[in-house]
Amino acid sequence: MAKETTGPQGLWIKCPDCREILYHREVTGNSHVCPRCSHHFRISADLRLQMLFDNGRYKKFFGKIRSSDPLGFVDSKPYSERLKVYNKKFNGSDAVVVGQGEICKIPTLVAAMEFGFMGGSMGSAVGEKLARSIDRCLDRRLPLVIVSCSGGARMQEGILSLMQLAKVSTGLARMRAKALPFISVLTDPTTGGVTASYAMLGDLNIAEPGALIGFAGPRVIEQTIRQTLPEGFQRSEFLLEHGMLDMVIPRPELKATLARCLSLLR
Amino acid sequence: MAAPTPPFLEPIEKIRFRINEIESAGTSGPATEEDLVSVRRELDETIKRVFSSLTPWQQCQVARHPERPYTMAYIHSIFTDFTELHGDRRFADDHALVGGLARFDGDPVVVVGHQKGRDTAEKLRRNFGMPRPEGYRKAIRIMELAARFRRPIISFIDTPGAYPGIDAEQRGQAEAIANNLIEMAGFPVPIIVIVTGEGGSGGALALGVGDRVLMLEHAIYSVISPEGCAAILWKDQARAEDAAQALRITAPDLKKLGIIDEILPEPAGGAHMNPGEMADTIAAAIRRNLKPLHKAKPDALVNRRFKKFRAMGVFTDR
Repeated sequence: MAKETTGPQGLWIKCPDCREILYHREVTGNSHVCPRCSHHFRISADLRLQMLFDNGRYKKFFGKIRSSDPLGFVDSKPYSERLKVYNKKFNGSDAVVVGQGEICKIPTLVAAMEFGFMGGSMGSAVGEKLARSIDRCLDRRLPLVIVSCSGGARMQEGILSLMQLAKVSTGLARMRAKALPFISVLTDPTTGGVTASYAMLGDLNIAEPGALIGFAGPRVIEQTIRQTLPEGFQRSEFLLEHGMLDMVIPRPELKATLARCLSLLR
Repeated sequence: MAAPTPPFLEPIEKIRFRINEIESAGTSGPATEEDLVSVRRELDETIKRVFSSLTPWQQCQVARHPERPYTMAYIHSIFTDFTELHGDRRFADDHALVGGLARFDGDPVVVVGHQKGRDTAEKLRRNFGMPRPEGYRKAIRIMELAARFRRPIISFIDTPGAYPGIDAEQRGQAEAIANNLIEMAGFPVPIIVIVTGEGGSGGALALGVGDRVLMLEHAIYSVISPEGCAAILWKDQARAEDAAQALRITAPDLKKLGIIDEILPEPAGGAHMNPGEMADTIAAAIRRNLKPLHKAKPDALVNRRFKKFRAMGVFTDR
């Protein structure tokens, strides 16, 4: 699993793939990609938005929408307490941050998922923020980019989480009807209900290299079929080979690729 | 892989077995007509007692009862002229998912649904009701026929979930489900969804984007199976009972959360105790729900369907 490069950090960082000890600034200066082996470190939603928008400038939207605890869900800890901790850590953003700005001068709405917030899981707040993003795109005729980074639906909101798949997908049907471009960017990891809804519904589906992308997680599959999975299974390149993606684009080229595609579709 | 009777249902099964014995012995047996009446009364009372306070985990076991009626049985009871269609025109014909043309009260409709198997051979053939991508693609192909020829769609949900296997992933399980969601959103015809047994996550929802979503009294519908949830959150599959409780998967819970429109009452002791009665209840519900939808204009129908799902979710906005 990719380690984050954001957050409190020292001068040096070890690449989890090639095990090289790297000078931290060398990694951050390379779009948080290992300069030796091209391992893509996981990045925060805020950093993602900064990297995609011109001059790192954008306006945030729907920041007040928060998950509540409609089921009163308790596993080893009450969900309401988990939410408090994460909301504090992520300033109430839940698992998606929505920003509007320009990508190479093209006004665009980008929703970036935050893996740090409960594994980027999608509950009611994520669903609502994405639905409102779609509304806004429809209102202002904006293209939409969703950068997925999520383990899937948030179990702690039960069936309400499952319904967010339908909620966002029915919204995307409206964008299609109005011929507004939607580009799905899949990053490590994109699994479960997120993949089985909007992440696979882009007019274009673009993945970062080496990202885990699938419906069922590898552990679930191994338990079901009782055999080890082939090398590279459910990685971006595997999905490209099987026809599920339009392209696999390294992070340093992502912004230019998005801009080119958006300008070709608009 | 015959599932054993769950312990809480054993008292009921024992009495059913006795009734069966008496009935098959007929008049030549030692039991009298009076004995039969009293055993039947005992059955009614036992059912009442056991079913008066089912836990969510027990509901789950009723929904998975080995005798529970499956989609094909309902199709044959509720519709006439059923004409099964096969294949996704892309790769294969998935037997875990069935569909076709039929008539309901004489009017042409389109039917799709998950299909489980009863005996071991059929269970394997039906892959335990877990479709692969070709299943979902077959379903959407059949539903597209409905959209083209302006036929209402009746969708039956009963699956543990979409199949989690290497081949399913290779052929795009996630894409197949996602595509069904976005396509169902736009079909200009009435869609009635009935959750009859297990509504297992995305694999269930892939047939579930409808104008009216109905659910049998003892069916379940969940984001993840209680076992799966327990394995992840409690790190212990044996805590499935706790997970079933926490996830809110029963029909009354879903009604309260605004996910389903109607709960269809089951015969005493569950749908399998009287499949004919259950089918009649479902048929009446389809009739009742289809009527107002028939009058709606296609655009209005699609718009209302969008709004229905748009409204789902609980959050704060301050």
